[in-house]
Formats: sequence, C-alpha cells, structure tokens
Amino acid sequence: MAKNDLQGALDLLILKTLSQLGAMHGYGIAVHIEEVSDALLTVEEGSLYPALHRMEQSGWLRAEWAMTESSRKAKFYSLTAAGKKQLAVREKNWEQVVKGVQAILRFA
Amino acid sequence: MRLLDSLRLIGGKLFRRPATNGEMEEELRSHIEHRADDLERAGVTRAEAQRRARVEFGGYEHYRQESYEATGGHFFERLRQDVRYGSRVLAKSPGFTVVAVVTLALAIGANAVVFSMLNGLVLRPLNVPRSQSLVAIGQRDGVPMQSYPDYLDLRERNRSFDDVIAYQITRAGLNTGRTAIPSWVYEASGNYFDALGIQPYLGRFFHRSDEHGENSSPYIVLSYAYWLSHFDGDRAAVGRTIQLNKHPYTILGVAPQEFRGTELFFAPDFWVPMIDQEHVDGWSTLKSRGTRDAELIGLLKTGVTPAQATADLNSVAVYLSKTYPKDDDRTSFKLARPGLAGDMLGGPVRAFLGGLTALAALILLAACANLGSLFAARAADRSKEIALRLALGSSRRRILRQLLTEAVLVSLMGGAAGVLGSVLLLRWLSAWRPVPDFPIRLPVSPDAHVYGVALLLAVASGILFGVVPVRQVLRANPYEVVKAGSAASTGRRMTVRDLLLVVQIAICGVLVTSSLVAVRGLVRSLHSNFGFAPQGAVLVDTDLDMAGYSGDQVPVMQRRAIDAVAAIPGVTAAAIIDRSPLSLGWSSDVVFKDSTTDTKVSNAAAEAMKYCISPGYFHAAGTILLAGRPLTWHDDKAAPRVAIVNEEFARKVFGSVRDAVGKYFKTVSARIQVVGIVENGKYKTLTEDQQPAMFFPVLQSPTSSTTMVVRSKDSPQQTVTALNDTLRKLDPGLPFAIKTWPKEMDSALFASRAATMSLGVLGLLGAMLAVTGIFGMAAYSVSKRLRELGIRIALGAQRSEVLRAALGRACRLLVFGSAVGLALGLAATRLLSLIVYQASPRDPLVLCGVVLIMLLLGLVAAWIPAQRALAADPLMLLREE
Repeated sequence: MAKNDLQGALDLLILKTLSQLGAMHGYGIAVHIEEVSDALLTVEEGSLYPALHRMEQSGWLRAEWAMTESSRKAKFYSLTAAGKKQLAVREKNWEQVVKGVQAILRFA
Repeated sequence: MRLLDSLRLIGGKLFRRPATNGEMEEELRSHIEHRADDLERAGVTRAEAQRRARVEFGGYEHYRQESYEATGGHFFERLRQDVRYGSRVLAKSPGFTVVAVVTLALAIGANAVVFSMLNGLVLRPLNVPRSQSLVAIGQRDGVPMQSYPDYLDLRERNRSFDDVIAYQITRAGLNTGRTAIPSWVYEASGNYFDALGIQPYLGRFFHRSDEHGENSSPYIVLSYAYWLSHFDGDRAAVGRTIQLNKHPYTILGVAPQEFRGTELFFAPDFWVPMIDQEHVDGWSTLKSRGTRDAELIGLLKTGVTPAQATADLNSVAVYLSKTYPKDDDRTSFKLARPGLAGDMLGGPVRAFLGGLTALAALILLAACANLGSLFAARAADRSKEIALRLALGSSRRRILRQLLTEAVLVSLMGGAAGVLGSVLLLRWLSAWRPVPDFPIRLPVSPDAHVYGVALLLAVASGILFGVVPVRQVLRANPYEVVKAGSAASTGRRMTVRDLLLVVQIAICGVLVTSSLVAVRGLVRSLHSNFGFAPQGAVLVDTDLDMAGYSGDQVPVMQRRAIDAVAAIPGVTAAAIIDRSPLSLGWSSDVVFKDSTTDTKVSNAAAEAMKYCISPGYFHAAGTILLAGRPLTWHDDKAAPRVAIVNEEFARKVFGSVRDAVGKYFKTVSARIQVVGIVENGKYKTLTEDQQPAMFFPVLQSPTSSTTMVVRSKDSPQQTVTALNDTLRKLDPGLPFAIKTWPKEMDSALFASRAATMSLGVLGLLGAMLAVTGIFGMAAYSVSKRLRELGIRIALGAQRSEVLRAALGRACRLLVFGSAVGLALGLAATRLLSLIVYQASPRDPLVLCGVVLIMLLLGLVAAWIPAQRALAADPLMLLREE
C-alpha cells in the first residue's frame, strides 16, 4: 500500500497541476512542477510520459493536439470528471500518508 | 455498452497501433523542441539548444518503450513482433525447424488419425436426425438379433418407443440388364426410413403402408454410392424396373449421400422391404418366431430413459415367454448403442481404439520430450543471443515469451502438416474396402472435432516443450555468458535433457515391443491350423436362389455344377459347402443328446456350427477325416439322416471322440446318426474358443447358398478363367464371384491385420522419434565438446577413447531407456493378446528383436555425430576460437 501511494505521488502532482492550469502539455507540466516547488521537485521525462499515457488510458485525462503560444504543436492534457474525482481521492490519501510518515519521524 | 467500449478499445489497439505509435513519437519530439525553445531563450544557439535538449532527454527509445508499455495491453502487437522474430530465427536454422516440424507432424498426425477413428466409431452417433434417442434392442446375452414375429409384438406392445425398426443384412443378385451382380442389401421394415427421419435424395422411399403381406412390395431404394457407381448417377434410374433374384423390382428412389445404413461398418448397396424376404433370400423367416435374424432399433419417446424402456420391454418379454414358451422361453431384452451390430462389436472396437489412443498419446509425449530437449539444447546454444538481449535491457519475461512463441509456432506448423497428412490418410481409409466383395467401410472422415483436437494438441504440446528451457533462461547471467564464450561447463550430473531422453527412449521401446508382438502374432495366425487348407484352393461364391432356382431344382443344379467343374482338365477336387468357414457370417443350431426328450433350448447339449456339404468336400478343403466314412451321393432324402461332426462336437455331446461314430444326436426337428469325425478347425474367427461343428449332406439339408471349393493342378489364374467359362456356359444368368481361398481369408484376418498395421505404424513412428532424439542429444553433446575432443586427439587419445568420451553418456541413456521401455512394453502387450491372435509377450524372438532394433536405432542415430567427433581437427578447432 505504501509503495503504491509513494509512486502515486507523481500522479497526484500531475492531476493537481492540471486542475490548476486547465489544459497543459507534458513539458509545461514538468516546468510548472519544477517552478512551483522551487526546483525541489524535478520530474523525469521517463516517468512523466508513461504516467500521462497511463492516466489517459484510465480515462482520468483527455488529450488534444493544439498549438502553443510559441506556435508549436503539442499534446494538451486536461482533467476529465473521473480525473477530478481521482484527484480528490489521491489528495486525501496523500495527507494520510504524510501524517503517517511524520508520526514515524517524530516518534521518540 | 461497457462491453462494446472495451471491444472498441481492443479493436483500436489491434488495428490503429502504428498511428498511436507515431503520435507518441511526435509528443516526445514536441517535448524536446519546447525544452530547446527555453534553452534558446536563455541565450544558447538553436543548434546547441537542440543538442542539449536531446542529451537531457536521454534514452529516447527507452522512454518510448516504457510509455508504450504504460498504456498496457499490447498483447497482439507483441505477439506479432514475436511471431515475426521467431519465424526469422526459425528460417535461419532450417535443419532444426524441419526436424521439429516433421517430428510434430508425425505425432500430431497420428493422434488426429486415431482420434478421427475414435470420433467416427465411438463418439459420433449414427448420422440421422434424433440419433441421440436411438437404441439397439438386443437379447440379454448381448446377441443383437430378434425374430420377425417378436419384432411385431415388440413394436405393438411397447409403451416407450415412438417407433421400432427392423433390418437385416443379406445378399441378393441384382440384374440391371446385362449380368446379375451379387450385391449387399438391407432388408428393412416398412417404417425404416420414416422412423429414422431420412428424406430421399431422389424419388421416394417405401413406407409401412406399402406392406400388404409377403412379397407385396417389389421396391428397392438405392444407396447414393451404388447409384453413382452402377447407374452412373442417372436420375432416370428412378422408376426403372430391374431383376432382383429374377423377380421384377422397381427402383423407388435414392437415399441421401450421408445416410449409409444403420451399421457404422456396413454400407448397403440398396434397401428392400423386409416383407419381401422370400424373394430376396429364397426363403422366409417372417413367420418363424424361433429364428432370430433381424436387428432392431427403437426410437425412444422424449422423456423416456433407457432404464424405463428396458423395464417396459421386459414386461413384453414376460408376455412373450408365457405365450410362446417353445420359442421365447426366458426371453429378456437389453438396450445397446446402435451402429456396431447392437454393440456386439462395440467392446472390441472400444478396447482397440482405447489402446491405440493411449499409444498415440505416448507418441506425442515422446515427441514433446524430443522437442523439449532439442529446444533446451538450442536455448543453450543461443545463450549468447539471450545474454545480449538481457544486457540491452530486455526483461526475462519478454525473452521467455518470445521463446514460447517460437515453440508454439513450430508446433502449429507441425500440427498443420500433421492434420494435412492425416486428412489424406483418412480420406483413403474412408474409401478403403479392406475386404473384397464386402461393403465394410470405416466412417472416419475428419470433422470439426478432429481439427479442434489437433489444434489443442498442437498448442498444448508447443507449450509443454516450450517451457523446458525456462529454468535455463531464468538462471542465465548475461555477464558470465558473454565473458565465457560458448564453452559452457560440461556438467556430469543428470540433467532434465537426459531425463527427457530416457523417457522418450522408454516410450519408443514400448511402441517397438508392442508392434513386434503384434507382427509376430499375425505371422503365427497365418500359419496356424484352420482345420482346412486354403492354399491352392479357389472358391466360387454364389446363391442359386439369385438365379431363380428353387426347391428340388437346387440340388440338381449343384450336382451339375460340380460335375462340370470336376471335368475341367487339371481340377483334382470340386465340392460345395453352403458357406465357407471363416468367411463373414455363419449359422449354428442347438443340438441335444439322444436321450433328451423335451427339445427346448434350455436342455441343449451344445450349440454347434452348422454346415451343409456335398460329398468330397473334406477332400477338396483339405480337412482330415479322423474316423468313420465320408459322405456320399447316396446320403439323400431317401436315406436315414446322417452327419459328420468335429472332435469338439464328439467330446461335448458324446463325451469321447473314439466311439462317437455310429451314435445318434438330435436337433429340434430330427434324430441324426454320426458317420464320421473330422479334425477341429476355426469357424467364426481366429480367436474364437474351440467350437463344436456338424456337417450335413447337402441332399438331406438343401441350401441354395453355395460356395464351391475347387482344387487344381494349374495356377489359380488359369483355374479362375476356366471356372468362369464353364459356369457361364452352365447358366449365363447365374451371378457368382470367384476368388482364391487365401484371398477370401482376408476378411477373417482383417481385424488382426488392421491391428498389426496400426501398431506397426505407431512402432515405426516411435522408432523415428527415438532416432531423432538420440541424434539430437548426441550431436549436441559432440558439438558442445568439440574443442575438448580436439585437445584429447591432439594429446594422443585413441579413436575408441574419443568415442567413449563423446557418446558414452548417450549410449548409457539409450541402454537404460530401452530396458525400461522393454519392461513396460512386455507388461502392456498382455492387453494386446485380446485383439491380436496368439500375441505372446514372452516370445524370445520378440525380446531379441526389440533389443536388436533399439541397438540399431542407437547406432544409426549416433553415426553422424560419432563421425564428426572422430574427424575433429585440433588445429582447426583451436584456431577458430
């Protein structure tokens, strides 16, 4: 359970980012996470795209090809209703994981 | 809706793969471009930015693969890749592929053939509508025959059947204009076709409403095959009048092609109403309650179980035995599966096919063991390739999947080839007429079941031998393999491969042993004492009734024929018997001691084979008269009734052979004196228990059914020609068939020949598998150790030492496996003695034969690898590495 939850952290970050930005392409998501976290979190491309594709397959994200402001073609992802529901579940889970981990760390 | 969506998803994955693939690539490229844009904005040149972006992104292909797998469910896509790669690899080693495919083709083909037979004879019911509710109504003791009056009572008095049909197989002469041809007939009750629910292909069938007393219904219905072969498929044949035993009959119609009678083994030329029995057979048993000669099939009412039907029939039986105590005393009925002579043949057929199925399964198992070790050896040889793939990041699962795909690919190819071969063989078998002049057929054409089973076997065996090298691959350490090169360690302990080889050789030993036992049995049965000497004799088979002779004309004509044939130059003996022993069909009668007064069946002293012969028969047949006198032409109607009996008869009825001559016995209707004793013989089948037999003079027991036994000093060909001329001159309208007696014996030997042939083929298959197995193992071990052998030779090893090092292990395994196989084979052949005449496993010749064959096989299989080992050139070998 713990393993899945920690791995699920990336999913959570992506879902949250998309809920904040609306539609965004993969590179934009990576940049956003890096900037917002003050470069504390960097997202490996090797994990990002498989995660995006997996969530698209699960029906949490929908994807569309569109032009960016720099007029490059890119694949934009946005949340579906199922994705929003998933985000709420993940957020709640994450809080509990953090609480649990902190309890362990503070145990004297 | 859900289902539809997921189906669409799967469909999309299957067919839209390249598009998605390209899309993924484009997305990753777009990512790199965005990164490059950012870098460019930070002041790097476009070219440099792009380079750095690509470097940062790293193993592009790897992500692509991972991302690709994240979307999951690429089963078919990967399968396609594996199949493509597998077929390329297989095409690169054609020798291996051909050996593997041929091995499997043989094994799966053998299984397909055996299963088709099982399917056709045991699993598949008669080819009629409602076949599931058909049951054969036989006697409690298993005899599938009832008398016609009993049939009528059963049909009218039962409450469990929608209808009951009766039929009887017989022969009749059919004259379509030129000459009369003896042909095979089903005499069928009027409701036969209606009850079975068969529709005519042409014209119409006869019905119950056509029956108005004996000989009232002069119609025949042709079988499709007979219509094609004897009427050239002429539609105008329907309505034509032909001569049936010289009686005018009308062709009513033609049965559909797929309906070939109600006996699986026996397809008739045509059907004729049973009510016309006197026309067809020359006599009628329609009113004789004691003559049980008709087979009955009942059509169960819906909802009635066989047990209920049996109880119902037996309440009729109680009525019958009360009303007709003389004929139906203690009658009782039993149901059986229809199609195999009311299941009389069912037992042996099932036993034989069961044995055959087991042996075929063993063949397949041996083939799997064989291929398993081949694949393991190959996996070892391919360890470098596998190591390289592991090192490049392939998962072990993926590699195993690929190897398994390769194995299944091979097995499917083998299965396809095997099924193709078996279809050809089965077509031939279905059309085969093993016994001349007798419409035996093997209804074994393959159907969907057969193809399904073959496919299943192919896939299962592919997986079975495909998993053999799994452990090997899982253990493989890429770094070690790449470092060490191909000179893998030469372990001394027993490996899976060795075990597989032993299993395979043992199975082969079983097959070789059983086929040798069967062949020996057949050879012996050909040279056993039949109680007559078929060699050098020619038989003329006819029925005077077919030519219109009846009553007192019959013996006169018989006498004329004998005299005419005896006058042919070179003929040393000519005589007649109603039906030659060991031909198909026989007749028997109950006999009583002279002291018995109440001649009912339960008081009988014996049931004896009954033959009617002319004087001189024993001389012509080569049967030895042990005591008394032969029959003469004076033993006629005016003289007291006499008979000659065999030793078994004398022993059973009179207690001793010596003083039986001159004593009397009784049949149901007469008191008869024994005037002579002849040697025992075989009458019904080769494997029968010794039967009592009695021979009556033809003048006292007239018979129209006539088989003439002719011996001549000339060759059989000359005799046949002379006989043909003489008999045509005697009566051009007489239908007859001439063949040599040994040829006629084919029918008696058919079962054991068929068994021997199939066992022989399986034995051969087993032997071939053993050769390829030993060859594969020996070749592999030689190629593995070629360098070591080269060094040994360089250091001065003798040829025998090199051979021992290279092949000693294979030989030890061979000896061990053969010993196990021989022991198992001897245990199994006990079963064989049930089918094969005089099959004895404890035959020194068989034992020696098996040992010799296995040694020979080993020698043949190890020859090429041994040559290779001996030719090892140390210089060449050392230079190569």
